[in-house]
Amino acid sequence: MLSKRLIACLDVRDGHLAKSVRFVDTKNIGDPVAKAREYYLDGLDELVFYDITASSEKRRIILDVVESVAEQVFIPLSVGGGVASVSDATDLRLAGAEKINVNSAAVRRPALIAECAESIGGQNVVLSMDIKRAEPSTDMPSGYEIVINGGRKPMGIDALAWAKEGERLGAGELVVNSIDADGTREGYELNLTRMLSEAVRIPVIASGGAGEPGHLYDVLTDGKADAALVASMVHYGDYTVSGLKRHLHEKGVKMRMSW
Amino acid sequence: MVVIVDYDAGNLKSVARACREVGLPAEISNDAKRIREAERVIFPGVGAAGSAMRSLAASGVDRALVDAFGAGTPILGICLGLQISLEYSEENDTATLGLLPGKVRRFRLDDPNLKVPHMGWNAVRVIRPHPIFDGVQRGDEFYFVHAYRPIPEEPADAIAESVYEGPFCSALGRGNYVATQFHPEKSGRAGLRLLKRFAEWDGRADA
Repeated sequence: MLSKRLIACLDVRDGHLAKSVRFVDTKNIGDPVAKAREYYLDGLDELVFYDITASSEKRRIILDVVESVAEQVFIPLSVGGGVASVSDATDLRLAGAEKINVNSAAVRRPALIAECAESIGGQNVVLSMDIKRAEPSTDMPSGYEIVINGGRKPMGIDALAWAKEGERLGAGELVVNSIDADGTREGYELNLTRMLSEAVRIPVIASGGAGEPGHLYDVLTDGKADAALVASMVHYGDYTVSGLKRHLHEKGVKMRMSW
Repeated sequence: MVVIVDYDAGNLKSVARACREVGLPAEISNDAKRIREAERVIFPGVGAAGSAMRSLAASGVDRALVDAFGAGTPILGICLGLQISLEYSEENDTATLGLLPGKVRRFRLDDPNLKVPHMGWNAVRVIRPHPIFDGVQRGDEFYFVHAYRPIPEEPADAIAESVYEGPFCSALGRGNYVATQFHPEKSGRAGLRLLKRFAEWDGRADA
């Protein structure tokens, strides 16, 4: 049977690891390629790069990063951040990304999902959703709302309905990123993750809120996620990829333990 | 030197990079002549069966692959490459190359908790020893992403199986042709080891 996946996410701005993440003081500071290689050798199952470069003229830089990583990291590589067209997706694929994450642009123009699925295969299209709790209402029956622009702009769209729509349009996978849990280190939002995972037949990646190994265990069991995404937990040096996998394995979660 | 068969706009560079990583120089080509003359061939997986077959027919690579198979060239199929080497795929209701007898069907699962595509890392159990699987360790897992599964007609063509609800064929081959449903180029060091053994394989199936 399938193993659960541990995925690490690296935010990249202008070709460097984003300053918002406080990296430990090593000589690899700021080099996403070295970090990716380190995690790969430590047993990481999948890697995500999120390009948060603000200016469009610097967006080519992420392609060079992806290219360098793909030269030396032989696990699936997923890239997102600012993908607004099939041509953006194709550029990233040609640089070496397996999967393309779409987020805000797909909320504004849902056809983007279908266009990317048609062009690069639905299994390679990841719909990344930023989600915030909302007062349940007739317009928002699930009590969770889609937000965009890094969580700043509420869209009045029900998260459950959007997840199902994303699947219908051909997305191969969902990232469920809880804006409420993000950065708290108090655990993933289990109810949200479980609700969405039960509502679709495509894999669900839980994101936002992980602070200790038990949180990963909870979301991969109780939260019914297929994969858990971590960032600061491993970037800060508090935990290692292999250590997290060993912990999950010892608690009975099926993980890939040979690499 | 290995020729990686180019069809549709896919991500073939990852296969080429993994080959180079194990010391196998690689060239990506859709030139039928290059494929007929190749020392070895990788037939990778991109896109869907219908458009893949149209693209192969347009470049004449479909016949070149059949010729290379007949000539004894070591060939490795990957993912969709494996699937369209059989005779028929349910995906787009497509007649495929027919290097080996068999067909491809979509996963139909009873358990509502199981997702399609079958995406992620899964174990592979070797049921018929084969040189390129020599040394696959218990616990080695490989990366899969596919919604359709191969069903070889001859049980003897099956090399390995994996389990997703029930068992399914995850590697097959005959003579100088061998193919994996998983992606060795994305399967970490276990995958690179398998590619390395393909690079050294003489095209004879006896382990």
